[in-house]
Amino acid sequence: MPAHPRSSPELPLVVVKMRTRGLSVFYGEKQAVHEVDLDVGGNQVTALIGPSGCGKSTFLRSLNRMNDTVDGVRVTGEVELDGRPIYAPDVDPVVVRRHVGMVFQRSNPFPKSIFDNVAYGLRIGGMKDKAELAIRVEKALRHAALWDEAKDRLHDSGLGLSGGQQQRLCIARALAVEPEVLLMDEPASALDPIATARLEDLISELREHLTIVIVTHNMQQAARVSQRTAFFYMGKLIEVGETQRMFTRPGEQATEDYISGRFG
Amino acid sequence: MTTFSLVPPGAPARPAGVFTRRDGLVDSLLVAGTGSACVLMLVMLGVVLLDIVVGGGRRLSWEFLTAAPTHGMTAGGIFPAIVGTALLTFLMTFAAVPAGVATAVYLTEYAPSNSPLARGVRVAIANLAGVPSIVFGLFGIGFFVTTLGGAIDSVLFGGELTFAQPSLIWAALTLSLLTLPVVVVATEEALRSVPQSLRDASLALGATRLETITRIVLPEAMGGILTGAILAVSRGAGEVAPIMFTGAAYFLPRLPSHLNDSFMNLGYHVYVLATQSPDVEKTKPILYGTALVLLLLTFLLNLVAVIMRSRSRGKVKPAQF
Ligand SMILES: Nc1ncnc2c1ncn2[C@@H]1O[C@H](COP(=O)(O)OP(=O)(O)O)[C@@H](O)[C@H]1O
Ligand SMILES: [Mg+2]
Repeated sequence: MPAHPRSSPELPLVVVKMRTRGLSVFYGEKQAVHEVDLDVGGNQVTALIGPSGCGKSTFLRSLNRMNDTVDGVRVTGEVELDGRPIYAPDVDPVVVRRHVGMVFQRSNPFPKSIFDNVAYGLRIGGMKDKAELAIRVEKALRHAALWDEAKDRLHDSGLGLSGGQQQRLCIARALAVEPEVLLMDEPASALDPIATARLEDLISELREHLTIVIVTHNMQQAARVSQRTAFFYMGKLIEVGETQRMFTRPGEQATEDYISGRFG
Repeated sequence: MTTFSLVPPGAPARPAGVFTRRDGLVDSLLVAGTGSACVLMLVMLGVVLLDIVVGGGRRLSWEFLTAAPTHGMTAGGIFPAIVGTALLTFLMTFAAVPAGVATAVYLTEYAPSNSPLARGVRVAIANLAGVPSIVFGLFGIGFFVTTLGGAIDSVLFGGELTFAQPSLIWAALTLSLLTLPVVVVATEEALRSVPQSLRDASLALGATRLETITRIVLPEAMGGILTGAILAVSRGAGEVAPIMFTGAAYFLPRLPSHLNDSFMNLGYHVYVLATQSPDVEKTKPILYGTALVLLLLTFLLNLVAVIMRSRSRGKVKPAQF
C-alpha cells in the first residue's frame, strides 16, 4: 500500500447538501468562528469535533440560523442549502429552520403530551387534520425508534419518559416536520451508555432519510456514526475528511494531538 | 469580648482549637434575636386578626351583607360598598393585567438586553412602585378626572358635566396605575422562569417568536402570572388613598350603574366610619364588620392565588381541595 501524502485528496462528495464559505460568527466584538469553508455531504453524517469552547456549537447554530435568536450575534460569510444562500436578505430564518432541524445537548421536551410534542411543528405549520397528524406523529416516532415504547402512552406527558427516551422524543419532534438536514449538538452527552448506543444506532438509520451534522466530544462516537469528520480548534476549521482517514492518518499535527488525547 | 479566633497567615496547618466551636455565643444571640422577631410578628398579626374577627364577627349577618346603610350609617348593612369594591376591582384588573402582562412580555421576550427603551421602562416601573398611594390619588384627580374627563366632556358631551367628576372608571384607572408595576414585575419573573431551552426547541421547529410566546412561554408561565396578578389586585383592592378623590363616595345607598357613577367602597367606608361618624360608639360594630368583610375578601383572593401557585407547580393535586 503506497504511503499517503500528508494531505490526501478526498473522494469528492456525491451531493453537497450544505456548504459554508468564509463563515465567521461574532458575539459582540468577540469572534467565535473564523472563516470556515465546509461542505456537508447529503445523506451522510458529518461529525464536528474539537476541544470545548472551540466554536462547534456556534458553527452548528449558524447552519439553521438559530444564532439569529441570540442578542448581539453577527454572522458573515455564506451558508448554502442545496445551493441556495440561507443568509440572503429575502430568506425567512423561520423557513430555514423548517428545512434544517435541530436537537439540543440536553433533551428539552415541551411540558405537553408525547403526541403534542411531536405534533407541535406540524401544527405550527398549519396542519389541523386529526388523522393526518396521527399518521405523521406515528411515522416520526417510528423513525426515532420510540414508537414501541410510546404507542400506549401517547397522551402522557413527555416529561415522564426516561432521559434516553426524552432525547429520542426530541428527535421525533424534529423529524416530524421532515427536515432535510438534522443538526445535533452533543445529543448523547447526558445519556447513559445503553441509551447512547441506541441513539447511535438511530443516527446511523436516519442517515437514509436525511443529512446529519453532529457535534460530539466523544471520539469513538464520531468514529462509529460519521462518514466525515471536521476538526475545529480555536474557532477555525483545521481539517476535514473521511472519518476513517481522519482517525488513522490525520493530516494535521493538531488533529493528531487532539484525537490521541494530548489536549482537549 | 469575642469568641472568634482568626488563624494568622503562616500558622501551623491545624492549630490547637481549630475544631472547637467559635460561634457559640453569637450564634445563640442570633437565634434568639431572629426568633423573637418572628414571634413578635406573629403576635401582632394575631392581635389584629383576633380583634377584627371578634369585633366584626358579631355584626356579620345576612342583612349586614345585603342591605344598604341606614340612619346616617349607624345601622343597616354594607351591600353598596361590597358591590362597589367588586366593580372597582374588576375594572382595575381589566385595565392593569393586560397592560402589565403585555409590558412584561415586551421586556423579557422582545427587547434586546441592552435596549435603552427597556431600561427606561424598568426604571419607570421601579419608581412607580415607590410612589406613595396618595400621590396616585392626586394624579388621578389631576389627570383622569380634570384633564381626561374634561376633554371627553367638551368633545363628546358639549361641555356638559359627565366624565369630569370623580367616578368609577377614573378610580379604577388610578388604582390600576398603582397595581401595574406589581403585575409587570410578577409577570417578568414568571416569564423568566420558563427555561430558555423550551424557547429554543420551539424556534428550532420553525415557530416564530410570537408562536413561541403564545404556545409555549405564556402557557408555561400562566400559573405564575395569574398568581402575581391576583396578589397585585388584592393589594390594590384594599387601597383607599388613590380612590378617595377619584370616585369613592361617602354615602350612596344606590348601586353604581354607569362608568361615570361614583361608588361606595369597603376600604373607604372603614375610613369614613372611623373618622367622620356622628356617633362613634354606635358605628363601631359596623366598622368592625366592614373591616372583617374587607379582610375576608382579600384573604379569599390570596387563597385563590396560593392554590393556583401550588397547582401550577404541580405540588398539590386539585382533588385535595
Ligand atoms: N451566547 C454567547 N455569548 C458570548 N459568547 C459566547 C456565547 N456562546 C458561546 N460563546 C463563546 O464562543 C466560543 C465558542 O463557544 P461554543 O460554540 O459554545 O463552543 P463549543 O460548542 O465548541 O464548546 C466560546 O469562547 C464561548 O465562550
Ligand atoms: Mg458546545
